[in-house]
Amino acid sequence: MPTMLYKNLTLVKGVGFDSWRRVGSIMQQVKVYNLREVDELVVLDITATQEERTPDFRLVDDFADECFMPLTVGGGITKIDDIRLLLQVGADKVAINSAAVAKPNLIAEGARLFGSQCIVVSIDFKKRTDGRYEVYTHSGTKPTGLDPVEFAREVEALGAGEILLTSIDRDGTFTGYDVELTRCVVDEVKIPVIASGGAGNYQHMIDVIQNGRASAVAAASIFHFTECTPNEAKKALEQSSIVVRHPNQEYR
Amino acid sequence: MPLVGIVDYGAGNLDSVARAVEYCGGKPLVTETPKDLRTATHIILPGVGSFAVGMKNLRMRGYEDELNEQVRVKKVPFLGICLGMQFLATLGTEPVDTPGLGWINGKVIRFITSSSDEKVPHMGWNSVEPVKASTLLNGIEAGKDFYFVHSYHFAANNPADILMTTPYCGGFASAVARENIFGVQFHPEKSQKAGFQILKNFLAF
Repeated sequence: MPTMLYKNLTLVKGVGFDSWRRVGSIMQQVKVYNLREVDELVVLDITATQEERTPDFRLVDDFADECFMPLTVGGGITKIDDIRLLLQVGADKVAINSAAVAKPNLIAEGARLFGSQCIVVSIDFKKRTDGRYEVYTHSGTKPTGLDPVEFAREVEALGAGEILLTSIDRDGTFTGYDVELTRCVVDEVKIPVIASGGAGNYQHMIDVIQNGRASAVAAASIFHFTECTPNEAKKALEQSSIVVRHPNQEYR
Repeated sequence: MPLVGIVDYGAGNLDSVARAVEYCGGKPLVTETPKDLRTATHIILPGVGSFAVGMKNLRMRGYEDELNEQVRVKKVPFLGICLGMQFLATLGTEPVDTPGLGWINGKVIRFITSSSDEKVPHMGWNSVEPVKASTLLNGIEAGKDFYFVHSYHFAANNPADILMTTPYCGGFASAVARENIFGVQFHPEKSQKAGFQILKNFLAF
């Protein structure tokens, strides 16, 4: 599934959650992915939390109008009303990152009111110099001292339905997913884990699914900056005997 | 043009269903009161959330009697989506035993996983296998993928009511049908072309 990050109305992509580069108009790209029938779309407002803004509900409403596929929306979610409004305007799931650390009760409350299936906890992590991993919030700017594996277990217990697991170190580097940590998290939780951060080719996706045992893969740069497309990625996965969904359905 | 009553009983977002109906050539009418259903040529009951809360809201807002009248007596074509399909059952169990509409005999129960690869909620794209012929399935071949998000599934008492099955946790009924009553566990409004095909077939019924 493609991940789209935006600042204001601009689609951006960085390296290591930094050096943001403009990629184009977010709205236009939503339309393109809808036409290409991608499996799901993840759209994240990367500055909402730092600027202490609530999500832009009208913008999400516009996304949903163009999107006949599952849509996950994140960025700036701090309270139950944010979740309620996002679901109301057409998001299928919400991705909670900073607030998952600051207010774990939001996960529990959200899952209780709206169901675990729509509560995605987005965990961003970095590998420390001592080799241990640490969870970061606020678009990768704030270390939390938390261990991603333990944190994943906690958010599952609170009621999260899915984990979007992003390596800040690998983000935008095209060097491959962090297979090792992905596997550690997958082994500890029962909910689906989506690997994110670092895809540079289709083999990276195959690795993190086969060896990291991720339920799904997310990618951004590879789709923005190279010839690679979600549909070609799925073909490559299928050749490695990974079950994928066939878009367009004209395959038999 | 079919006028499609979309039952609003406070179960979250109906926009995507309304937009999909429009896209498929219907005129969506999101209900404000049960009476609004009286002019509808087709009725869609969407739904997310838990069975007990949804059923309570449906009853509190007076939809149960009106739905019984329109669908059971007047035979208006009906499509339940996700939780809306589950409401067709005699009994729901999420989180406590709660009577459903009872139009199709069965019980809604939580998935029991048979391997660590099977996660609950069952979330994402999965295939369907038609088990009987129906207008709803025109152009839908075996193996087509639809988008699912659910932790409970419809266990029908009578196999003749099952329209499609999906291979997950030993297989479950992903669609049920009896006369003018249809229910799909997946979200046609989020399943792109295959989903639109289901909605078009329903509007043609």
